Amino acid sequence: MDGTALPATGQAQALHGASVVLSGIEKRFDNVGAVRGISLDILSGEFITLLGPSGSGKTTTLMMIAGFETPDAGDITIDRRSVVALPPYRRNIGMVFQNYALFPHLTVADNIGFPLKQRGVDRATRARLVAESLDLVRLPGYQARYPRQLSGGQQQRVALARSIVFHPRLLLMDEPLGALDKQLRESLQLEMRRLHADLGITFVYVTHDQEEALTMSDRVAVMNEGLIAQVGTPEDLYDRPCDRFVASFIGESNFLPGVVRGNEDGMVVADCGGATLRAVARIRHAPGEAVTLAARPERVHFAGVQDDRIRRNRMAATIAEIVFAGERRRYLCQCEGGVSIVLKEASSAEIRPRVVGERVELAWSAADTVIV
Amino acid sequence: MATVAIASGRLSRAPLRHTAPILLVAPLALYMAAFYALPLASMLLRSIADPTWTMENYRRLAGDAVFLHVFGTTLRTALIVTLGALAFGYPVALALSRLRQGAATLVLIIVLLPFWTSVLVRSYAWMVLLGRKGLVNEALIATGLIDAPLKLLNTPFAVHIAMIHILLPYMILPIASVLRQIDGALLRAAAGLGAPPRRVFLQVVLPLSIPGVAAGVLLVFVLSLGFYITPALVGGPRDLMLSMLIAQQVDLLNWPYAACLSTALLAATLLLILVSLRLPGVRDVLRTATR
Amino acid sequence: MTGRIAFALCWILVLAFLALPILIVAALSFSSASYLTFPPPGFGVRWYRAYLGSSEWLASTWLSFAVAACVVVLATILGTLASLGLARLPRAMQAAFGALILSPLIVPGIVVAIGIYYVFARYRLVGTPVGLVLAHTCLAVPFVVTSVSASLAGLDRRLEQAALSLGATPWGTFRQVTLPLIRPSVFVGALFAFITSFDELIVALFLSGSGAITLPRRMWDDLRFAIDPTIAAVSTLTIVLAAALLGGAHILRQQQIGRQIGTTDG
Repeated sequence: MDGTALPATGQAQALHGASVVLSGIEKRFDNVGAVRGISLDILSGEFITLLGPSGSGKTTTLMMIAGFETPDAGDITIDRRSVVALPPYRRNIGMVFQNYALFPHLTVADNIGFPLKQRGVDRATRARLVAESLDLVRLPGYQARYPRQLSGGQQQRVALARSIVFHPRLLLMDEPLGALDKQLRESLQLEMRRLHADLGITFVYVTHDQEEALTMSDRVAVMNEGLIAQVGTPEDLYDRPCDRFVASFIGESNFLPGVVRGNEDGMVVADCGGATLRAVARIRHAPGEAVTLAARPERVHFAGVQDDRIRRNRMAATIAEIVFAGERRRYLCQCEGGVSIVLKEASSAEIRPRVVGERVELAWSAADTVIV
Repeated sequence: MATVAIASGRLSRAPLRHTAPILLVAPLALYMAAFYALPLASMLLRSIADPTWTMENYRRLAGDAVFLHVFGTTLRTALIVTLGALAFGYPVALALSRLRQGAATLVLIIVLLPFWTSVLVRSYAWMVLLGRKGLVNEALIATGLIDAPLKLLNTPFAVHIAMIHILLPYMILPIASVLRQIDGALLRAAAGLGAPPRRVFLQVVLPLSIPGVAAGVLLVFVLSLGFYITPALVGGPRDLMLSMLIAQQVDLLNWPYAACLSTALLAATLLLILVSLRLPGVRDVLRTATR
Repeated sequence: MTGRIAFALCWILVLAFLALPILIVAALSFSSASYLTFPPPGFGVRWYRAYLGSSEWLASTWLSFAVAACVVVLATILGTLASLGLARLPRAMQAAFGALILSPLIVPGIVVAIGIYYVFARYRLVGTPVGLVLAHTCLAVPFVVTSVSASLAGLDRRLEQAALSLGATPWGTFRQVTLPLIRPSVFVGALFAFITSFDELIVALFLSGSGAITLPRRMWDDLRFAIDPTIAAVSTLTIVLAAALLGGAHILRQQQIGRQIGTTDG
């Protein structure tokens, strides 16, 4: 029961976040593996996001941390203590649900006071802590309202206040912004970052929105078909995707099939549609091996005048299609070897307009090319 | 201590998931078993276990003139009542689905009030109306249509009309529930394509309402089969329904025969329900209409 | 146009057919005549007075109320618990238990009645209020289960999960979250349970014996001898009671819908 004891007050919170370790957890529903063996170290105080398409097992993983699902195999520890046998109400974890799950029959104050009441906090302290947490989410004075009288964004903030008012050291969030429109979502993303910095507790966030994941997280775990495909900082994932799934799920990628010719200065050299390309590789690839190279569309350029760097990958192509999308233009280029490459270029009046059918040379840095 | 808890937690994971819900259902399930299912089963068993195991009772049933006559009357009554309720009920259901909110609520109240008035009271109302000096006879004599009062009460006609009255809501509600779900855009589309109202009804509304009609027909027919109070009060002594024959046999303490008849009635009821639930759409209608 | 008028005439006539017999019974109950005649020669409350002056009628009324009240308590508790369990069981078990619990809705009344009578007679439960309560509860429980199950199906499970994550025990979650949210439908089920028991006749015909004569049973007995307007008065009272309860159930249902809209908001 000491796990549910409440820190004395809400003053300058000397809390540190909980560390969570998932070791080889599995979960099957009707003999279909929803989670097929996940191991992940979540560090104290970090903001980590589980990112993946629907059905990738990210919500199931979160539900197992929260205690609503029991893993069929593997172990979950919070602060090095196994919690698998602990029911959810003993875990002292804050949780924000996709639809907020505010109790419709209780006022905002009673909703936020709910976890405090469960912990035997007296009425006066409860009122004070509720007011404090409403200040924290910038909704002062909303105590007497009912959830149905609030906008979606306000409900979201109340749900957030309710999940942190009892000072949990771990906060789980299941697509908390999914139901909101784009602008509101962006402002709340910033607010969550601020809250995370203020509270210093561990956030585990689930989303299928890669942009959201990249904006907010310290680290992202990309999930696919019940497994973690890659864990890393947003920059890591974007610049060094480890496989084709990650490269296409996060951002957009050109995939170029090639055959390894050799290794040179820590880079792989590969033949690809008549051109010789260089790419960064995590492992050594043997000559003759068939590989796929990936390059981001916005990192590919039309070879230009000041284009004098040595490690440039170059390919000749014909422009097949041009799409104007406001801030940028998108070109579909057909290369000689039969591959096609998408190129994105910031739109500007200074850039010479190009036409379909024009013959061009594409160039991009070897450092922006990875083997997936 | 902690390791023990974890170990036991793991061992009992799968079975434990259903233990608590079963414990919640158990009191009612045991109650129903003790005071309903087992009594019913032990009574029905008398049909094959009296005094020793035998199928003799059922074999006799097939050649039993009384049973065949009563069973025929029961089926005929159920059929007439079902068709009558359909003819009376469909227009009301259609009106219910087309009226504005306020008017529809009023109609719904008129349909529902008898629904929750006891069968006994409604049967009594028909005794008052159809009696020798009842309202219908008085009215007919007053208008000069007849000279002497007709015998209306204690006839099959009285049974049919009273049962239609009592079972009508069971026909109206499922049909109305289906009609209300028909997309209004569909009707406007049909009209926009040049179909006159009659054609819109016959070619769009009617086919779409078939699941509701099927559900209503099923409910009314099944309930008619087991009707007891109404035929006993307003019917004649010669028009026995199956349920009345069963009650009579119980009064005579002829349990094996009563059990045999009960099995027949129950089997007919369950058979009809199982068959109808396989018809497309009927299951959903029944589910929504019971709410 | 003529088609439309014919259609309107058609359903209005059917509505009259539905409502008139009941209205006529109500009108006759205020007749001043000593026999049934319509229109009544005059109006008065003599038949209500006759009803209120008869110790037999009042005893039966009291018994019916008492039996129905016990049935409400039993059926509501057992039915609500079972609904909570059913909602958490896998589909196959749901179907099996559901078939047992809901079957009184379709098994012909006479079969239920004689089955129960057959066994209850052996345990001397015939002619006792206890026997009636035990039997009526079986008939009333399906209404509680359908009503509560429907509202549980509409209840967002994440509300319960939220309560658990916030530190409420399973019992605390039920008391503070689940129960308040399904309460209106529990009351609706209780009202239907009451009406079911209060109006029940077929089982009472076999179980009432001579010691526990319910109101419907006494009406039935009287109808066999004479159709006197006292029954009209009693009938009218039961209709008014049913209407009041039905109205109450309707209001509660609106509340339930309101609560569930509240839960899915946002």
